[in-house]
Amino acid sequence: MKNQYDVLVIGGGPAGALAARTAVEKGLSALLVEKRPAIGAPVRCAEGLGKEALAEFMEPDERWISAEMTGAGIVAPDGFEMRLLSAMAGSKVGYILDRKFFDRELVWQAADAGADISVKTRASAPILVDGVVKGAQIEYCGQVSNVKADVVIAADGVESKFSRWCGIDTTVPVREIMSGMQYVMTDIDIDPHATIFYLGNEVAPEGYLWIFPKGDRAANVGIGISGRKSGEGHRAKDYLNRFVKKTFPNGKTIECIVGGVSVCRPLECTVGDGLVLVGDAARVVDPLTGGGIYNSMFTGRLAATVAAECIAKGDVSKKALMAYDKSWRASKMGKTIERNYLIKEYLIKQPDEKLNAIIHSVAKMNLKEFSTISLIKEIIRVNPKLLVDLGALAASLR
Amino acid sequence: MKVRSNIFSEMLNVRRDICGYCGCCVSVCPEGALELIDAYLSVEQNCTSCGICAKVCPLGALEVVHEKSV
Repeated sequence: MKNQYDVLVIGGGPAGALAARTAVEKGLSALLVEKRPAIGAPVRCAEGLGKEALAEFMEPDERWISAEMTGAGIVAPDGFEMRLLSAMAGSKVGYILDRKFFDRELVWQAADAGADISVKTRASAPILVDGVVKGAQIEYCGQVSNVKADVVIAADGVESKFSRWCGIDTTVPVREIMSGMQYVMTDIDIDPHATIFYLGNEVAPEGYLWIFPKGDRAANVGIGISGRKSGEGHRAKDYLNRFVKKTFPNGKTIECIVGGVSVCRPLECTVGDGLVLVGDAARVVDPLTGGGIYNSMFTGRLAATVAAECIAKGDVSKKALMAYDKSWRASKMGKTIERNYLIKEYLIKQPDEKLNAIIHSVAKMNLKEFSTISLIKEIIRVNPKLLVDLGALAASLR
Repeated sequence: MKVRSNIFSEMLNVRRDICGYCGCCVSVCPEGALELIDAYLSVEQNCTSCGICAKVCPLGALEVVHEKSV
């Protein structure tokens, strides 16, 4: 580890790994620090990723793919299940990853490309000069040192602190944090190629419960509920245990995972002077699905690309780095986040009876294309009154 | 671990045996008083014992306790 780099990346998840790799590919020097002793562990994720989303970054590799998905099911509050299959019978629509190996692979690629990596290494304070971020104070096994950098990329996840220390308020509203818990279960009867989503206020208030297969008889069985619905006796843990006891009484739990997922709008501004925020730290999670892997990789890569341009021009001011902020907001990802935020806000307000009615009506239709947007369009087609309810959103769907 | 609040005679108690070190609480803290340092949750002195973190915790590892009851 040197004491000066072009780019310092804080956090070794998919956002940080893509940022570090891209930076060195652009000819910059980069250091990635990860506070935990291992990349990829502990997992804080349901591990689902779409086929096309992955294809934008890399070829699938069986070393970090647990299972391939060909369909999905949505279970209404009344227990009715609607099935969604890919347009071509049997063709893949997505993957359930093994994040321990996936994250490690991404960081490995960054290292192979030339980035320096340091684990069990925590950024404990920014180096600020007249309000401009110039690097970070780094702690490794009791040793404290300063690492200077032209640009710091904060990829420190849902529990992000770095940007807050730099004066950016990253607080997630209580109602917009998904309080989550997941068991990796084995010896359970499942459809090994379909992701199943359970909706309803009794099952998962203002969130959903999922079964994401990890093998023929294994799956991530998890839940996310709104922070405002969480409390003593009715936490994520309580809802999940109730479901598992009823649905998989003989299943075996081989891993217990907890975590928080933000489903708020992204931060109002994701850059500062010498600073760029990416991934969960920027709150760019899809507010409808809670998915964040693709968005993290996308923003991580984009952040380093813009940082390289700004460093080349000798201007890493907030104004110059705003090119990153503007670019992701204008991207398909940025637009999807805004659209899905509005859909999420609509759906969480619906009583169970309404959710039942929507899901029953859509199940009668033949969905030609497998995607969230085609599902939403179909919901609106069979429930034209929704157009009024959804207001501003309707225009963006045509 | 117990941290005395500056404002109230209440404290935030972290049940380390229950905590899953996931950082969910850190993201909602309006004061920025919490930090997840690997498998260790640190609570700073600016904690106001507002209880938001305790509410959202998936496991119920955090509790606001009155000083007398500790």
